[in-house]
Amino acid sequence: MGTVPRIVELLDVSKSFGGVPALKNVSFDVRPGEVHALLGENGAGKSTLIRIMSGALSPDHGEVRVASERVRFGSPRDARRHGIATVYQELLLFPDLTVAENIFLGNAPRSRLGALDWGEMRARARTLLDSLESHELDVDARLGDLSVANRQRVEIAKALSQDPRVLIMDEPTASLAEADVARLMAVVRRLRERGVAIVYVSHKLSEIFELADRVTVLRDGNRIATVPVAEVNEQGLISMMVGRSIEQLFPKVDVPRGKPLLEVRNLSYRTLVRDVSFTVHEGEILGIAGLVGSGRTELALTIFGMTPATSGEILVDGKPAIIDGPRRARDLGIAYIPEDRGLQGLIRTQTIRENVTLAILDHVARRWVVDLREELRRAREAISRFGIRARGPDQRVRELSGGNQQKVVLAKWLGAEPRILLMDEPTRGIDVGAKAEVHALMGRLALQGLAIVMISSELPEVLGMSDRVLVMSHGRIAASFDRAHATPDAVGAVMTRVQERGAT
Amino acid sequence: MDATIASGTPAHRGPLARFASAYGQELVVLGSLVVLMAVVGAVNPRFLSETNLHSVFSGNAYIAVAAIGMSMVIISGNIDVSVGALIGVLGTISGTLAVDGWPVWVAWGVPLVLGIAANSVIGALVAYARIPAIVVTLGMLSIFRGGLISATGGKWISNLPSAFRSAQERFFGVPLPVYLAALLTVVAALWMRYSALGRAIYAVGGNAEAARAAGIRTRGMVVFVFGVHGLFAGVASVLFATQLQVIQSTVPPNLELSVITASVIGGVSILGGTGTVVGSTLAALLFSTIASALIFLNVSAYWLRAVLGLLILGTVLADMARRRRKGRLAP
Repeated sequence: MGTVPRIVELLDVSKSFGGVPALKNVSFDVRPGEVHALLGENGAGKSTLIRIMSGALSPDHGEVRVASERVRFGSPRDARRHGIATVYQELLLFPDLTVAENIFLGNAPRSRLGALDWGEMRARARTLLDSLESHELDVDARLGDLSVANRQRVEIAKALSQDPRVLIMDEPTASLAEADVARLMAVVRRLRERGVAIVYVSHKLSEIFELADRVTVLRDGNRIATVPVAEVNEQGLISMMVGRSIEQLFPKVDVPRGKPLLEVRNLSYRTLVRDVSFTVHEGEILGIAGLVGSGRTELALTIFGMTPATSGEILVDGKPAIIDGPRRARDLGIAYIPEDRGLQGLIRTQTIRENVTLAILDHVARRWVVDLREELRRAREAISRFGIRARGPDQRVRELSGGNQQKVVLAKWLGAEPRILLMDEPTRGIDVGAKAEVHALMGRLALQGLAIVMISSELPEVLGMSDRVLVMSHGRIAASFDRAHATPDAVGAVMTRVQERGAT
Repeated sequence: MDATIASGTPAHRGPLARFASAYGQELVVLGSLVVLMAVVGAVNPRFLSETNLHSVFSGNAYIAVAAIGMSMVIISGNIDVSVGALIGVLGTISGTLAVDGWPVWVAWGVPLVLGIAANSVIGALVAYARIPAIVVTLGMLSIFRGGLISATGGKWISNLPSAFRSAQERFFGVPLPVYLAALLTVVAALWMRYSALGRAIYAVGGNAEAARAAGIRTRGMVVFVFGVHGLFAGVASVLFATQLQVIQSTVPPNLELSVITASVIGGVSILGGTGTVVGSTLAALLFSTIASALIFLNVSAYWLRAVLGLLILGTVLADMARRRRKGRLAP
């Protein structure tokens, strides 16, 4: 075993932030040509670990070795010089530059006179993209015009342009639709064949089983285990991650269907949502599948009044409703859990207490004055009901982890006691434990008689949680399945057909 | 699910520590103020004489009052660079009305109404025409400044009636403007902290999209905040005009910068969403004290701007350092 070569090694690395330990004596290594998955809940220390490996942070204790030599990275640049490149979750690209310019920004090929060698740059960009099977991607396209999946390919090409020996990928599939995920995995396999070692950070167990050779599980800053993937199963990994076992991934509760709560008839918003009709009943969970850009989010935003409908009808409780803004939607008992909680869900500069009551300020206020005692009571209740991990109700939301931020968003909207809940990617970017909690919560809410519309890019989630599934494409509803007929193959087929037409 | 709360929860901090962390910048400004007065007073005891303290506090009360409104505007995620010019215009109107023989309440009241009106227009342009506040107020700055000079020909207003200047009366030895600045600060601070509207202003500045999604009428809120700011500018203009022997019918130079500086040094984040009006009032006091201290220490008054500039940069750097420390708590 001692002869297995290691490209990068972390030995007993520790790191604390402001006295709070993020990593405790963690060792980690990467071997050539392997995919080494890094798994853990939010706040487990994954980001800290990869930031140390990529030179963005230096450890308090312990050492980093590259090819058995001790190194000290002063910056990500140092790490890149040692052959370690990183593809971050939030893509660090420039929307107004072209694909080729983005790939070579900072290390562009130069002609003898020192000027940029554009021809060489474009040619090399082409070669790199071709090696990623992205033949259709134009090197002269403006980056801002590309889809998220394509931007990610550019980011990967950029990382590869420096011929790294180790590629760190931080939740690469977090914002990709199912079809793009498959393509990304093909790219990862191809890189592995070329001998590039890959550190793959993900929440999604299915990807880890499909891709990884070894997996390291972190929990609360400790390394729980490093094992070959062939030697573990899903249950085992989950219990390592959360320190407890989760009985069922999708606890779908069968709830008798009540009367129709929300009816949408021929709803359109410009060209983004076209002629959409459906009905959701009390106690029903309606899943909406489709690719990113298929109009799913726009549909939710239209129902919620963020972008009021340009034509069509919305009926709440059988009565026509004109929803001209979120305030009206809220008063009708509709709540929207947004796709991007940073953008539409939270005021990060404010505390948990202030965020939790934001949607019901007028109820919590007596006359003009906010009832602080009532507000505190609600915040405390939210923290215990949703298991929000925080110092207390006065902690600022920006200091919380992704999963806990999502729980604050949920607490805020459920505090408004909605009857219709629109959830857009309710579990994106949150860990398995928090995910199961969200799913269990959805089941309980349905049982209480709420009508839930859930948009998700994760097919297993849509199929696992929904009573009925709609598939959207190009702003329209392309197909509708009831639970019995919503198989991965059937729903996937509709989405793939969509993919062929709508490839970008 | 309840069992998960306990993990990852550092020990509860005491109320004092929490207070210090929530009002860090305000405490720093207050501390600097006390230290500065003690040091300069030790070097030159005349600095702490009643006459000087009155001129420091009373003479700059209008900046503190204007900074209250400015802080609200900045907290809401906007900015106003035209407030100095507006105060110049309103002060001139106020003085003109007084000299023309209008009753004092008209001379004092009209600037408040006009202040609200003018800034509501600014707010409407920002909220409904979606022009960035910096652009709208830069335009307004030129209009106010150019309009004022054209309309008055730069004529000085003198012989102001004594009733008009009675806004500077003293009660129990303290000039009225000082009471007013203190009262308005306390009222505004309580209102921002405890009212639903104040809370909504912080929300809009912290994240306008999320505030809208939560059912807050964000556009109306922006118009409202600018209107309130206009009211404070009106009060400031009356305090400004009534302390002068002669109103020069020009815009006081760099006044908007002094007002914005007070907000920023007082801890209002230029990005919106955080800060308090107490901080800006303390900061306005701090730099009027610095201005006076420079005189008492025989330092050229020209250094004042440079000192203020250093203060701004220092404040922002300290703020960033603090945020970085906090932000990294949860990696």
